[in-house]
Amino acid sequence: MNNIATIALKEFKSYLSSPMAYIVTGIFLVLTGFFFSMSPSTYSETSARGFLEAAGMLLLLLASVLTMRLLSEERKIGTIELLMTAPLRESEIIVGKFLGSLGTLVAMLALTLYYPILLMLFGDPDLGPIATGYLGLFLLGATSLAVGVFASSTSSNQIVSAVVSGGILFALWFLGAAADLLPKALGQVIGYLSIAYYFPDFMTGVVDTRGIVYYLSVTVLFLFLAVRSLENSRWN
Amino acid sequence: MIKVANLTKYYGKRLAVDNISFNVEKGEIVGFLGPNAAGKTTTMRIITGFLAPTRGDVWIAGHHVLDQPLEARRHIGYLPEAVPLYTDMTVRSYLDFCARIRGVDQNRLKSRLGEVIEMCHLEEYRDSIIGKLSKGFRQRVGVAQAIIHEPEVLILDEPTIGIDPIQVAMTRQLIKGLGKEHTILISSHVLPEVSMICERVIIIHEGHIVAEDRIENLSSLISGGRRIRLEIEGPKEKVIERLRGIDGVLRVGYDEHYYIVECPAERDLRGQITEAIVQAGWTLLSLESVEMSLEDIFLKLTAEEETPRE
Repeated sequence: MNNIATIALKEFKSYLSSPMAYIVTGIFLVLTGFFFSMSPSTYSETSARGFLEAAGMLLLLLASVLTMRLLSEERKIGTIELLMTAPLRESEIIVGKFLGSLGTLVAMLALTLYYPILLMLFGDPDLGPIATGYLGLFLLGATSLAVGVFASSTSSNQIVSAVVSGGILFALWFLGAAADLLPKALGQVIGYLSIAYYFPDFMTGVVDTRGIVYYLSVTVLFLFLAVRSLENSRWN
Repeated sequence: MIKVANLTKYYGKRLAVDNISFNVEKGEIVGFLGPNAAGKTTTMRIITGFLAPTRGDVWIAGHHVLDQPLEARRHIGYLPEAVPLYTDMTVRSYLDFCARIRGVDQNRLKSRLGEVIEMCHLEEYRDSIIGKLSKGFRQRVGVAQAIIHEPEVLILDEPTIGIDPIQVAMTRQLIKGLGKEHTILISSHVLPEVSMICERVIIIHEGHIVAEDRIENLSSLISGGRRIRLEIEGPKEKVIERLRGIDGVLRVGYDEHYYIVECPAERDLRGQITEAIVQAGWTLLSLESVEMSLEDIFLKLTAEEETPRE
């Protein structure tokens, strides 16, 4: 447990001292801010839906960029030898790195809280859907980061890692769209596997346990794959 | 302390380490010598648990590196060839991180950091960003991370490569000092360095151990004989011919502008050589007896190793 905390904290600090996290956060805030300000004219209601909708898809992209460094860089500059020869379990390394990036994501989401605060100052929004919307963003973000951690564990090239995780995430996202083209039963099954399938419910204030289970399982699955990929590197 | 048994490692189809076995006893400083791509780094990576062997076993302080990996790794301090540094961290925060992941006790952490910083002469740089340090200082930070958890076994892969001579001397002194408390396996292809620091040498070439002995025994092992280095003003061909003609001379070599004469260890031919040169009317500028260096031993061993294969 201590080891996980040590690694998570180191990663989090490393984000704070690198320009990448600031650039990513900056882009995220500018784009979501734009969609938030457009929101009233789109929906003519006091809600954060414009922001939430845009933020979901943006997260996939930003998570790939945020996580690409995590293990690829360690492999590239050789610090992976430090981690892999310390008395650490592979799972501790992976979970620590994941939590470090999750901390950054939470900080990023926290910075957007002024959107709902603005809504509350100038109107009377329904806070329920906003809260569940944030829960959805958090789950979707966590899943995306887990995919990113896995991708990063497979290559010593950050760009390759980012492309791999972006590829997996967008494939999972557009699975939903592809499902519509398939025969009904098959389409439904494929649709359930889409990362985009459960997200709209959260925006409308519905907390669907299937959604929570889905996001958590995919997160665990990719963290597990990352652990295996790290273990595997000892045998090459 | 380190026990390596029948270690074999293939990278795909390429054989990197071929069935090697050796022991390093507690308190020993052992040099691990070999040219590039001899299998030194691979062997060290297997000992530290970074890589798994294809076949064979390694025990560190009685713990098997694959069956009890965490226990085994707790006893090892490792400085890889590419010093594993996070260049965006300060020296202090980096060492703090290393100490924590190596399981240094919370209460001991702070005083241990101070000790290690002092031992590696990093006091002035403790708050510097590692990326801004010179190569020699980075190397010292690398040594510091290897010893921070007071491991019994130290594995140092080419610790003096690529740093300037003054820094090399300091690093050597540091390692020698560490030898009092640690069991050390140090790889190098700088031969004088190994003979300076180590008590025993293991020479590896193309994945095989070609020799393993105490430094002082190695030279007699090769039946080195005596070598005399001469600087002579005279026609090269004729000088060599003349030197060869002296009774007892085994071999005459010419290297840059020195003549190297090999003769049996029990015969001192310096008198005859001087006489022969003076008689021929040439000028003898210098004459000195040279011991067979580790480098010669190494070249000889690996050359012998190669001959039957060709």
